[in-house]
Amino acid sequence: MTAALSAKGINKRFGSLVVAGDISFELPVGERCALIGPNGAGKTTLINLLTGMIEPDGGEIRLGGEDVTRMPPQQRVRRGLVRTFQINSLFPRLNPLEAVTLAVCERRGESRDFLSRLATKREAIEEAHDILKSLRIAHVCYRETRELAYGQQRLLEIALALATKPKVLLLDEPAAGVPKEDSGELFTVIDGLSRELTIFFIEHDMDVVFRFASRILVLVGGRLLLEGTPAEIAADERVREVYLGKAGHG
Amino acid sequence: MSLATPADIGPTEFLAARARWRPVEIVFWLAAITPYFIAADYLQLAGQILITGLFALSLDLILGYAGIVSLGHAAFFGLGAYATGIASKHGWGEPLTGLLIGGLVAGVVGFGASFIVARFRGLALIMITLGLDQIVAEAANSMGWLTGGADGLQGVKTWPILGLFRFDLYGVTAYWYALIVTFLFFLLVRRMVNSPFGLSLQGIRENSTRMLAIGARNHAHVRTVFTIAAFIAGVAGALLTETTETVSLETLSFQRSADVLVMLILGGVGQLYGGLVGALIYMVARDQFSDINPQYWYFWIGLLLVAVVVFLPNGIVGGVKKLGGLLGRRGT
Ligand SMILES: Nc1ncnc2c1ncn2[C@@H]1O[C@H](COP(=O)(O)OP(=O)(O)OP(=O)(O)O)[C@@H](O)[C@H]1O
Ligand SMILES: [Mg+2]
Repeated sequence: MTAALSAKGINKRFGSLVVAGDISFELPVGERCALIGPNGAGKTTLINLLTGMIEPDGGEIRLGGEDVTRMPPQQRVRRGLVRTFQINSLFPRLNPLEAVTLAVCERRGESRDFLSRLATKREAIEEAHDILKSLRIAHVCYRETRELAYGQQRLLEIALALATKPKVLLLDEPAAGVPKEDSGELFTVIDGLSRELTIFFIEHDMDVVFRFASRILVLVGGRLLLEGTPAEIAADERVREVYLGKAGHG
Repeated sequence: MSLATPADIGPTEFLAARARWRPVEIVFWLAAITPYFIAADYLQLAGQILITGLFALSLDLILGYAGIVSLGHAAFFGLGAYATGIASKHGWGEPLTGLLIGGLVAGVVGFGASFIVARFRGLALIMITLGLDQIVAEAANSMGWLTGGADGLQGVKTWPILGLFRFDLYGVTAYWYALIVTFLFFLLVRRMVNSPFGLSLQGIRENSTRMLAIGARNHAHVRTVFTIAAFIAGVAGALLTETTETVSLETLSFQRSADVLVMLILGGVGQLYGGLVGALIYMVARDQFSDINPQYWYFWIGLLLVAVVVFLPNGIVGGVKKLGGLLGRRGT
C-alpha cells in the first residue's frame, strides 16, 4: 500500500544553517507518528516544508503517491495534507463557529456564494458545530476567538484543521503552553480521531509521546538521527544523550 | 456585537440571528428620507452625501471586510463618472443604463487590477492602488479630446428617469434617485457580507496565512470582491455625473481617495454603516464649517479624525453599537 505521506531526500538551508539535511521517511495510512528533537532542531521547519509554506532546496514530497513538492500550500490542503500551528494562528474577531464554518464552506466550495445568507448553509454549519462538539469547545463557540481561554484556542487550532477533512494531519506541538495535567486530555481527544487519519505530531513531553505514538522520529540539527518504536527510542543511548539526557522541557 | 447569547440557541439559528435586521437599521433608513420633509433646502447636499456614502460603502467592502487598504479608490469612482458622462455627451443620457455603463467600465478595470491587488498586502498595496489612481487621473488629463481635460466634461444631459422624472433645479429627483440606488446597493452589500463569501473575506482580513492553511481560495476571493467594489464605486461616480451633469478631474483625484478613506474611518471600518455615517458627518461638517471659516476646515476634520481613532477604534458606528450594547445589557 502506498504511504499516506512520504519525504525523500528533503534539503533546506537558511544561509549556512542546514535546517533540513537529507530527510527521508514514510507515514503509512493511519499511523500516529511523533517527531521529537531539541529546540531549534528544525521540526517546525520540516512541517513548513511538507505543507509547502517553505520551498525545499531539493527532495521530493509525495501525498498518497502524488508528487506535491512544487504544489502551493492551499492545493495540498485540498488534497488532504493539513497542519496546525505551534503558535496559535486563528481568526481573533470571528467566533469558533464562524471560523470552523468558514473552513467547511471553503472545502465544500460554498465560499464563492455571495448572494445567499450564511444561515442557509445549514449542513455546513451543523458539521462545524459537530466538530466543535467533538473537541469539547461547542459551549464557547459563540464567543469571539480572542476571548477564549488559551487551551480552548489550542483545540480550535485542531478544529480548523479537521474541518478540511484531512487525510494527513501535521500537529505542531498541539499542547504547547497547555498545563501538563491538561495535555493528556488533549491527546486523548486527538487519539480518538478516525483511525483512517494519519497523524504526525511534534511534542516535547516524552510521557505523552510514549503513550500516543506508535512510531517516533528523532530530529537533531536538521537531520533524522533515528526512528523506531517507543521502546526502541527509549532504549537508545544516543537519544538519551542528545535529547532525554538534557530534557529542559516540561 | 457581543450580545449575551443564551446557550440553548442552535448554531444555524445563532448565525441567522446575527444577520437579521435590527430596529436601529430601520430607523436609520427612515431617517434618510426625512430631509425631503423637513430640510428641502438641503436636498442637494443630501443627494451628494448619499452618493459619497455609496462610494465609501464600496471602500468598506474591500477595506473593512477583506482588509485591502486602498488609497486609490477614486480611480473607479472617476472612471464610472467619466464613462457615463461621455456616453451622455455622445447622445445616450438614459440614467439607469448610464449607471450600468459607469459600473461596468469601472468593474472591468477593477477586474484587471485585481490580479495585481490579490498578490500584495500592506504598504505595497497602498502604493499600487495609489499608483493606479495616478495613472487613470493622468490619462484622463491628457486625453482632453475625450474627457475635456482640466476644463471638465461639458455637454452632459441626463434624460428623465424612466422617461417620467425630470431632474429639477432643487435636486428633489436627484435626491430620491440617489437614495433608491444607494439603498439597493446597500442591500446587495449587506447580503454579501452576511454570506459565506463575506465570511471568507473576514477570514482573509483576520489571518490570510491561516486561510491558506485551511485551503481557502484567497486570491479568487480578493479578485471577486475588488471587482464588485470597483463596480459599485463606478455606479456612485455615474450617479454624481447624472445628477450634476458635469464631470471634472477632481472625481479621480488623490484628494477624493483620501477623503473617502477619512470618512470611512470616521464612520467605522467594517461596520457596514460606517461609510454612510462618515459621509454624512464629514459633508455636513464641511458644509457648516466652510461657511464660518473655510481655511480652518481641515483643522477641525483633522482633530475629529485623531479623536475618533484614539477613542473609538471602530469609528462612530462602532461607538454607538457599543453604547447600545451597554444600555441593552443594563435593560435586560
Ligand atoms: N525563516 C527562517 N530564516 C532563518 N532561519 C530560520 C527560519 N525559520 C527558522 N529558522 C531557524 O531554523 C532553525 C530551526 O527552527 P525550527 O523552528 O524549525 O525549530 P523547532 O525544532 O521547531 O524548534 P522548537 O522546538 O523551538 O519549536 C532554528 O535555528 C531557527 O532559528
Ligand atoms: Mg517548532
